[in-house]
Amino acid sequence: MAHWIEPHPTGIYVRPADAWIDPSQPQERALVTHGHADHARGGHGHVWATRETLAIMALRYGTASGTAVGYGEEIRLGGVTIRYVPAGHVLGSAQIILDHAGERVVVTGDYKRRPDPTCLPFEPVPCDIFVTEATFGLPVFHHPDTGSEMDRLLHALHANPDRCVLVGAYALGKAQRVICELRARGHHDPIYIHGALERMCALYADFGVDMGKLRGATGVPAKEMRGAIVLAPPSALNDRWSRRLPDPIAAMASGWMRVRQRARQRNVELPLVISDHADWDELTDTIREVAPSETWITHGREEALLHWCMTHQYRARALALVGREDEEDG
Amino acid sequence: MRAFSQLLDGLVYTRSRNGKLALIAAYMRAAPDPDRGWALAALTGNLDLKAVKASVIGEMIRARVDPVLFEMSRDYVGDLAETVALLWPRAHDEPAELDDGSLSLSGVIDRLHNVSRAAAPDALAQMMDHLDASGRFALLKLATGGLRVGISARLAKTGFAQAFGLDVDDVEQVWHALAPPYAALFDWAEGRSPRPDPEGTPYFRPFMLAHPLEADSVDLADYAAEWKWDGIRIQIVGTGPKHGGETRLYSRGGDDITGSFPEIAQAFTGHAVLDGELLVKGEFQGGEAASFNALQQRLGRKAVSAKMMADYPAFVRLYDLLIEGDDDLRALPWEQRRTRLEAYMAQLSPDRFDLSAVIDAPDFEALADIRAGARDAAIEGIMLKRRDSPYVAGRKAALWYKWKRDPLTADCVMMYAQRGHGKRSSFYSDYTFGCWTADGELLPVGKAYSGFTDEELKWLDRFVRQNTVARFGPVREVEKTLVLEVAFDSIHDSKRHKSGLAMRFPRIARIRKDKPAAEADRIEGLKRLVS
Ligand SMILES: [Zn+2]
Ligand SMILES: [Zn+2]
Repeated sequence: MAHWIEPHPTGIYVRPADAWIDPSQPQERALVTHGHADHARGGHGHVWATRETLAIMALRYGTASGTAVGYGEEIRLGGVTIRYVPAGHVLGSAQIILDHAGERVVVTGDYKRRPDPTCLPFEPVPCDIFVTEATFGLPVFHHPDTGSEMDRLLHALHANPDRCVLVGAYALGKAQRVICELRARGHHDPIYIHGALERMCALYADFGVDMGKLRGATGVPAKEMRGAIVLAPPSALNDRWSRRLPDPIAAMASGWMRVRQRARQRNVELPLVISDHADWDELTDTIREVAPSETWITHGREEALLHWCMTHQYRARALALVGREDEEDG
Repeated sequence: MRAFSQLLDGLVYTRSRNGKLALIAAYMRAAPDPDRGWALAALTGNLDLKAVKASVIGEMIRARVDPVLFEMSRDYVGDLAETVALLWPRAHDEPAELDDGSLSLSGVIDRLHNVSRAAAPDALAQMMDHLDASGRFALLKLATGGLRVGISARLAKTGFAQAFGLDVDDVEQVWHALAPPYAALFDWAEGRSPRPDPEGTPYFRPFMLAHPLEADSVDLADYAAEWKWDGIRIQIVGTGPKHGGETRLYSRGGDDITGSFPEIAQAFTGHAVLDGELLVKGEFQGGEAASFNALQQRLGRKAVSAKMMADYPAFVRLYDLLIEGDDDLRALPWEQRRTRLEAYMAQLSPDRFDLSAVIDAPDFEALADIRAGARDAAIEGIMLKRRDSPYVAGRKAALWYKWKRDPLTADCVMMYAQRGHGKRSSFYSDYTFGCWTADGELLPVGKAYSGFTDEELKWLDRFVRQNTVARFGPVREVEKTLVLEVAFDSIHDSKRHKSGLAMRFPRIARIRKDKPAAEADRIEGLKRLVS
């Protein structure tokens, strides 16, 4: 079935549209699900993506040529009807729905099912072929309630008025989500951010995401940041950059923090299990919900999800896509 | 159960000692009785339930989760208890994972104590359903008797002492008079009852320590000289037959290491407290004390095999006698204690105990010559003890001095660097260095992470970053251009290293920016220093 769509190691090729979905190499025509670097690369000829994703790509790669596709809007490329539907992953993230020859294919890109104040929620779309991610495709991954994780963060903050809590969070999506979740819990103090987060936070603000008072952490005296929350990309957690901070409690917001050894590897004192990806139950529940006749698994721990599909009478295959293991994006 | 499982999580993730102490102290103040007493027992290794075997836990999870998914999960997570804790299926009507608060730590322990082998899996499963992942992890660790949180018993006691403003040595003294859940201890700590009476129990007495000798000399009329042996300083405490004949061995930090050296404890039946150096006999030394390397084979092992005891037989070289029978000798001058010790030796088995000899030297210069000539692997230097010094806890000025052997040095080339820990985690501060073979190959001879100033550390860190040629996880390989002068106390043959050498206490003495790497020392040269 569906000979018009082909998985390749470098992306998914839609033959009648002569276009690639999330290609890892520069292509003439690219359909991009969202702005994370393992999905959105620079150097494509023409890009179709949401307005937000195009803006993120412009910020990262200076991409010039693109067509903005609104959520729910239908476009046609070479006889394929294409729609972008919210994936709930990060600002502008979309599933790409392709209809052709009486068949429907859904490519999720990355997705999650938990509420996220910075983006629209995932919409399940029944389909024939469901192309899903599997970042947290092992049953040990269960993301707890976001609220309880935020409570732990605020508790650590209030219990240590002389220190700061340094939260490692991916620059696109996680950082802004953590900030919004803090605001929603009544934390209105200025939040200090690492230089690497500044432009992305400004972009989110341009798209109407209200994050309250943000301050650059660089050059601020340590004393001023006592009792404050500081956000930085995960790579800065154990770097010399953090030495300028007042006795930081190293926290990290990521789905990987569920596993002790992973948190210890990062020298994290306060692991926060907050993920922008579906956990195991959400991956399997979503497959049940969209009830595809075939499931393709793009990246992550595809082996376990493949096994689950097989034992639950879902036809499935794992695609060996290259360049999709980005651990920072958890 | 939640407070306890949170405490365990905190201890896993908190790096600093003070941070860990604060967590333990906060828990001890806040948790109810008898939960906190059981927690203290668990943290000090005095709770060994072993209600179920690990294999039973494996069976339990395979009955609930697809065995293939379980194996994949275990491969990823590593630890069995953690895998099971994370995988445990939630009840159908419960979307969120939570500790419903229905189980107390003491309730759990009661249940595990009293349950039969056959009923244990069901009892465990019932309890698992009421807990979150942290709670399940703690429960499984308690149930299998494998609770290891990476802290010593001494640290747990220190945290307890800190909670109530007590001196940890006072806690130590009463410790062996008590049993979990330590109701009498908490009553005393919170002022409800007097201090429990330690009489007749083998409790730890704090060690007397020495200052490094800084003066050019001391008068040997006032000071006696003894060898400083390179083993593990230990304290032997025996209660004697009158009080049950229990003997315990304590390390300098007050940790009970009896289990690692059972042959010593068995060989001592007296009613006394002694201070000495634990050493192992090395066959290569003709039955004399072997190097520290040999001793390391025995350290940190909870259970010791007969083969270990045969290959690395331990003995104690005695320094001091603190208490003999009911006589506390600690206030007496060293000379009198020494006389008592010498007399005491007669009742000890010569296989396991000998006396640390006093060095006979007419004057300090002669002593310096003797020290310079000492090349015994087990000698670390010389101790100078004031002849009239009482045995007092800690380091007291002018009573005891340690006069270490001059370090050996070698010029080595930096090969790899790794980030440090804690405050130094943003610096490449651990360096692996090597020396040249006859064929011009550089082989690692040691690893050092001290000896430099903060300024030098910054310089070294920059050197590493600017001269990286490859990365392996946290390790960077660097251009082989920088010569480090490395000081070390001794060097030994080692099968573990390709160079066949292992240094003891290596540290960076100087950065030799002036010296070309090709002129660094050769392996053959180092081999001549092997003791
Ligand atoms: Zn993503
Ligand atoms: Zn991805």
